[in-house]
Amino acid sequence: MRGLDVELLWWEGCPSTDRALAAVREALTDVGLGDVSVQMREIRTDGDALESGFVGSPTILIDGADLVPAADDEPAGLSCRVYRRRDGRISPIPDPDDLREALRRAAERAEVN
Amino acid sequence: MTLTIGEVAPDFSLLDTQGRKWSVASYDGAPATVLVFTCNHCPYALAWQDRIAEVANDYAARGVRVLAVNSNDADRYPRDSPDAMKERVSREEWKIPYLHDATQEVAREYGAKVTPDVFVLDAEGRLRYRGAPDADYDNPGERAEWLREALDAVLSGSIVARPETKPVGCSIKWK
Repeated sequence: MRGLDVELLWWEGCPSTDRALAAVREALTDVGLGDVSVQMREIRTDGDALESGFVGSPTILIDGADLVPAADDEPAGLSCRVYRRRDGRISPIPDPDDLREALRRAAERAEVN
Repeated sequence: MTLTIGEVAPDFSLLDTQGRKWSVASYDGAPATVLVFTCNHCPYALAWQDRIAEVANDYAARGVRVLAVNSNDADRYPRDSPDAMKERVSREEWKIPYLHDATQEVAREYGAKVTPDVFVLDAEGRLRYRGAPDADYDNPGERAEWLREALDAVLSGSIVARPETKPVGCSIKWK
């Protein structure tokens, strides 16, 4: 089984980066992937955002795929990303259950491959 | 420039989504005024919005006025355009006037940094509280408690025990 690539794209204009990183690490541990490292990538400019398809901070990529795929009309740019918790609340970071579920799915795909 | 606790807040003249003009003079007579710098797309501002609306509702009978101000650069962030503000007010049935600070002068004069950034003024227009609505955007049970504490103190003529807290949210999008 190959390892997972987990990447956290962040912009300094949002204070959610530390909390998001902690949430990703906790989710990795919860699903038995505590040894997977999280790569941090700073998005500094509008150009960086456009080039990366960055729709807000934090964006979490698992094997290059967005944990929560953005809507097609979501503009790329330097902003803070809006997530919705499973109970409907708005949050600057993803729901922990969504994180765990995405990581489990990615781990299953990695095993198959 | 940053407004400090005890200073008289600068005057302004801004239009809300209904085209009504608001200024310092327009809240003469209010025992307290809350200015909330906010916007349409910041998750922190969105997460706290209901709690701020509840404060506006709960304190309205005591004459407290709550005004929301959007200072973001609408050219780079079209979701903060006047049309988008108007649409949101209508869709969410806002009772709080939503003011557009197109030049960003008000945000600069107040020293607002993020959304939401809360300023409480007393009857004389002096700043009595500045900061976050409460300790945790993620916990609706906090009920904007820091803001409520400040308002209760201002309304009772006592000292605000916690006059400043660190505002938490998305940076204001400057031009």
